[in-house]
Amino acid sequence: MVSTQRLWLWKLLLAVILIGMAAGTWGAVNRIDYTWRWNRVPQYFFYQAEESHQIPFDGQVSRIINAEGTSTVTLTSESGEVVQVAVGTDTLRVSEGEDLFEDDTIGFTTEWSLGPLMTGLWTTLWLSAGASVLALIIGLLTGLARISKNYTLRGMAAIYVEFIRGTPLLVQIFIAYFFIGTVFDLSRNVAGMGALAIFAGAYVAEIVRAGIQSISRGQMEAARSLGMNLIQAMVYIILPQAFKRILPPLAGQFISLIKDSSLVSVIAITDLTKSGREIITSTFATFEIWLTIAAMYLIITSVLSQLVFYMERRLSISD
Amino acid sequence: MIDARNVVKVFTGRGQVVRAVDDVSTTVDKGEVVVIIGPSGSGKSTFLRCLNGLEIFDSGHVVIDGKDLANRKTDLNKVRAEVGMVFQQFNLFPHKSVLENIALAQRIVRRRGGDEATEKARLLLQKVGIPEKENEYPSRLSGGQQQRVAIARALAMDPKVMLFDEPTSALDPEMVGEVLDVMKQLAREGMTMVVVTHEMGFAREVADRVLFMDYGKLVEEGTPEHFFTEPREERTKLFLNQVL
Ligand SMILES: Nc1ncnc2c1ncn2[C@@H]1O[C@H](COP(=O)(O)OP(=O)(O)OP(=O)(O)O)[C@@H](O)[C@H]1O
Ligand SMILES: [Mg+2]
Repeated sequence: MVSTQRLWLWKLLLAVILIGMAAGTWGAVNRIDYTWRWNRVPQYFFYQAEESHQIPFDGQVSRIINAEGTSTVTLTSESGEVVQVAVGTDTLRVSEGEDLFEDDTIGFTTEWSLGPLMTGLWTTLWLSAGASVLALIIGLLTGLARISKNYTLRGMAAIYVEFIRGTPLLVQIFIAYFFIGTVFDLSRNVAGMGALAIFAGAYVAEIVRAGIQSISRGQMEAARSLGMNLIQAMVYIILPQAFKRILPPLAGQFISLIKDSSLVSVIAITDLTKSGREIITSTFATFEIWLTIAAMYLIITSVLSQLVFYMERRLSISD
Repeated sequence: MIDARNVVKVFTGRGQVVRAVDDVSTTVDKGEVVVIIGPSGSGKSTFLRCLNGLEIFDSGHVVIDGKDLANRKTDLNKVRAEVGMVFQQFNLFPHKSVLENIALAQRIVRRRGGDEATEKARLLLQKVGIPEKENEYPSRLSGGQQQRVAIARALAMDPKVMLFDEPTSALDPEMVGEVLDVMKQLAREGMTMVVVTHEMGFAREVADRVLFMDYGKLVEEGTPEHFFTEPREERTKLFLNQVL
């Protein structure tokens, strides 16, 4: 218990080291004369987009009402059709009584829109989520095949797992897109998600296999002795218990998958990483953007970790 | 009820060949209680597991209630539903409550409704003497209580035969009695039972017939009186001297 009493000392040391590293980095960056422009970053999350409004027919401006910076313009066509358009007062291009032709601009409105960092984040999220669901299905089936009594099934599963675990994900993504994608005419999103799912599926299979094998043989025997068939025993007895045990490694695998999904940017899927690269070509805030993107990945993965931690606690009530 | 003829089970592994069950034949009549004794590794468990097809034997026949397990057309799941089994390590389902342990197979194998299955489970818990534990999880029960739940779980299928594989061997001595009492009551009610056990007292008191196995072979069989007073075979005498 000596170490616990001195814990604050170690905490202090940790803080000193972290501050020292930050200061060191700061100093090094200053030496290369980099100008930080953090103020450029927020616009890549959200920005105000200007949208123009046109008259949909030939007609006349019959009325304009101004209120709180917004002008409501009433337009009447030659055949008596009436529409109302709201635009910013300071952008108004027409006056009451004016005759207009179809598609003449009346004014503009500004609206908040998602910047590339947010759309990239969204792509990363659905890509990872889709790939995770597929990987879970592939992994479950492959894991079961790995422990099946049938030699062919076992062999196929083993070859799949070996192949995936023995080759780099980057190469698999290239094969999925440039080879398989070309032959079967797959879009880059399908190829990218497929490659991620097949990659993660192999690891999930090993996790599932180990999880099932960790359940004592007696459980299967008890279930079978009651007359359950193999599938019933798996579904009601073995898998629920195995699932509880494999939840932590499974979660780790899915967190890895989110990070690994950054590799699909090589086949021009505009995920979070690719968005970052694109932003940097138009701005020069290289350091800021990469640090921001790292932070965004970190936030997603830690939220997921917390969620799993919570689920684990919920599931452990029967132990 | 059970007719085993020339049952052989061979295990091969690591270059070794073990004839775990070596040409065993016996019959168990309806309502009969048969106790199997023998030294460790003599094949008692393996033989018992052949009786419900948990172990696929290499040759011979096991006919349960007219159905031959060696026949490929026999639905082993159907047979197993009629044959209850109680294990040394209880093997309760740890993720299910006591009540669910007893009700689950009723619902998915016997296709009983939830209420019917639960009601039956409660009745059986009463019978094995722990109605107050219905909502506990198995890990919260003592060994003796767990084994009684396991017996109730097997009984819930309304089995025609009950197989017990050393049901009291994993229990602390003070809990052996409560499990044996449940088994004795079952025997009195006329349940057909095959029991592998080292409890010689139980064998003497409850068994209609005792089988002695050694090295996979059925060495001797007879009534308890015969066994414990005038065993015929040399090996039986040797074993009984050790355990009595
Ligand atoms: N799955 C298996 N694989 C290989 N050998 C086995 C297997 N199960 C049992 N055996 C062997 O078969 C023989 C009989 O084993 P069994 O468990 O039936 O004996 P037992 O009489 O029940 O012993 P115990 O009193 O220790 O439970 C032993 O030599 C054992 O090592
Ligand atoms: Mg045994």
